[in-house]
Amino acid sequence: MANDILVFGEIRGGGIKKITKELIGAARRVSAETGGAIDTALIGAGARAAAEGLTGYGLRKIVVAEDEALARYSTEGYAAVLSDIAKRGAYSYVFLGATAMGRDLGPRVAARADGVMFSDCVDVRMEGSRCVARRPVYSGRAYIEIARSGDRQNYISIRPNNIAPAEPSGGGTPIETHASNVMRDAIRAMVTEIFPLEGGRPDLTEADVIVTGGRAMKDKANFKILEDLADLLGAAVGASRAAVDAGFAPVAIQVGQTGKIVNPKLYIACGISGAIQHLAGMRTSKVIVAINKDPNAPIFERATYGIVGDLFEVVPLLTEELKKVL
Amino acid sequence: MKILALLKRVPDTEAKILINQEGTGIKDEGVKYVINTYDEYAVEEGLRLKEKMGGTSTVTVICVGPEEATELIRTALAMGADDAVHVCDKTLERPDPFVIAALMAKAIKAEGFDIIFCGKQAIDDDMGQVQSILAEMLDIPQVNVATAFEIAADAKRATVRRRVEGGDEKVETSLPVIISCEKGLNDPRYASLPGIMKAKKKEIRKKTLADLGFSQVPGEARSTILRWLPPPKSSGCTMVKAEEMRDAAKELVRLLREEAKVV
Repeated sequence: MANDILVFGEIRGGGIKKITKELIGAARRVSAETGGAIDTALIGAGARAAAEGLTGYGLRKIVVAEDEALARYSTEGYAAVLSDIAKRGAYSYVFLGATAMGRDLGPRVAARADGVMFSDCVDVRMEGSRCVARRPVYSGRAYIEIARSGDRQNYISIRPNNIAPAEPSGGGTPIETHASNVMRDAIRAMVTEIFPLEGGRPDLTEADVIVTGGRAMKDKANFKILEDLADLLGAAVGASRAAVDAGFAPVAIQVGQTGKIVNPKLYIACGISGAIQHLAGMRTSKVIVAINKDPNAPIFERATYGIVGDLFEVVPLLTEELKKVL
Repeated sequence: MKILALLKRVPDTEAKILINQEGTGIKDEGVKYVINTYDEYAVEEGLRLKEKMGGTSTVTVICVGPEEATELIRTALAMGADDAVHVCDKTLERPDPFVIAALMAKAIKAEGFDIIFCGKQAIDDDMGQVQSILAEMLDIPQVNVATAFEIAADAKRATVRRRVEGGDEKVETSLPVIISCEKGLNDPRYASLPGIMKAKKKEIRKKTLADLGFSQVPGEARSTILRWLPPPKSSGCTMVKAEEMRDAAKELVRLLREEAKVV
């Protein structure tokens, strides 16, 4: 096989999602060793316009599909197009984001190709002639390094915020249009409505900075002090399972093994003790700040910086001090 | 309505996971096994749908797993599921998602179904693939990461909310369909005492690979685990202290800007 790599790019609001450039970054690492070409597929409304933003990234080609039937995401419509493109290009590897879309689409397309898929990887690299993916198992309580056996098409989904996004490398890339024959009426499960998250803050799984509160928040209304800090930092707000179970925060913002798995540059844990199940969701954050009254809280074992103190005193002071310098 | 709920046996969320001496997997000693958390939502949603549909609706649990999974299947039966298919074979060692899906597809085709519920992922290998591979093998639509489910009046369609980055999507789907469940979908019930008594008499149909028509594990191994690694160690915590809390906050801001360079 030619070792070529297909990157499944994602579009949002007419632009390229950051994960797409991270996937190209990952693909470059592999192609630097194998010499394989990197192509990118973009599907959905505005794909062609978005593709223009990727022409300076050293890709061999960008394949776009933006038929009417693909305007909104559907597993069936997108799977049909992506498997067509992946099959025609006879790619060795197909990289996707470990995003809602990549997680939904990857295994379905991998199954259609009778391939093999590794989900939710945090790293890929070549080891001899094999592409090795590293991924957490048991919610990050252990890791495995895994490679395909044989030469089945290898689908690899990579978690956002793990691999440095590719920088433009100059040159131009041709954009090809893929004419799909997807019929809207043939799609059995279709998105009919989208409800954006309230508050206008970034999504937890994509945020560079996250501020979370635990049971010590005592009340729903008290999340205001976390929101003030979050707004200053452009951060997302999260909560521990204890806080969610106590009714202080909605389950949609729960961070942990049974909630969101996050990986920001900065994670500020306020009044969170650091139960295994919470750590499983945030342990890969680059810098962790823990604010807790209990000096023996297990969160301090994972934290980069810690302050022993009452979050109701510390957090507003932190917000004030940050305001002075930002 | 024939409702299926898929089940996997996994280590408890609080279990201490240690890599074995040989570096080929995890230490099994002292690990308590439970029904995969997300599969509990699947069983519960199946039961709620059965109760809503009434009549001759049934919930059948399908599990691929070792002998020891039987007690967890009994738990699901005690919650109210009607019967179960347990695919159990000594030759099955750490089956990958494709193998699990291939076995389930065979068992599911033999059972027949209108709707399948399962967890969004199993909290052991965290792959989250079986449901989508199964959907492909069965040629049915899939809706992943469901946080709300409602069956249409004609029972031929359903409306599902699913969580994505930055919000929720509303998906309209026809039946048959496979729905993978997310926390928040429902509150799984506990098995009642009468439920536990009844579960003892419910049927668990054991199937070996041969029973499903396979002479060996379907397909050759698709992947090789090269090594197991412990999670990366934390490099130690710098405790920020000061007489006045304001000074500690100020120092933390300095560290975040000058040392960690994250704000």
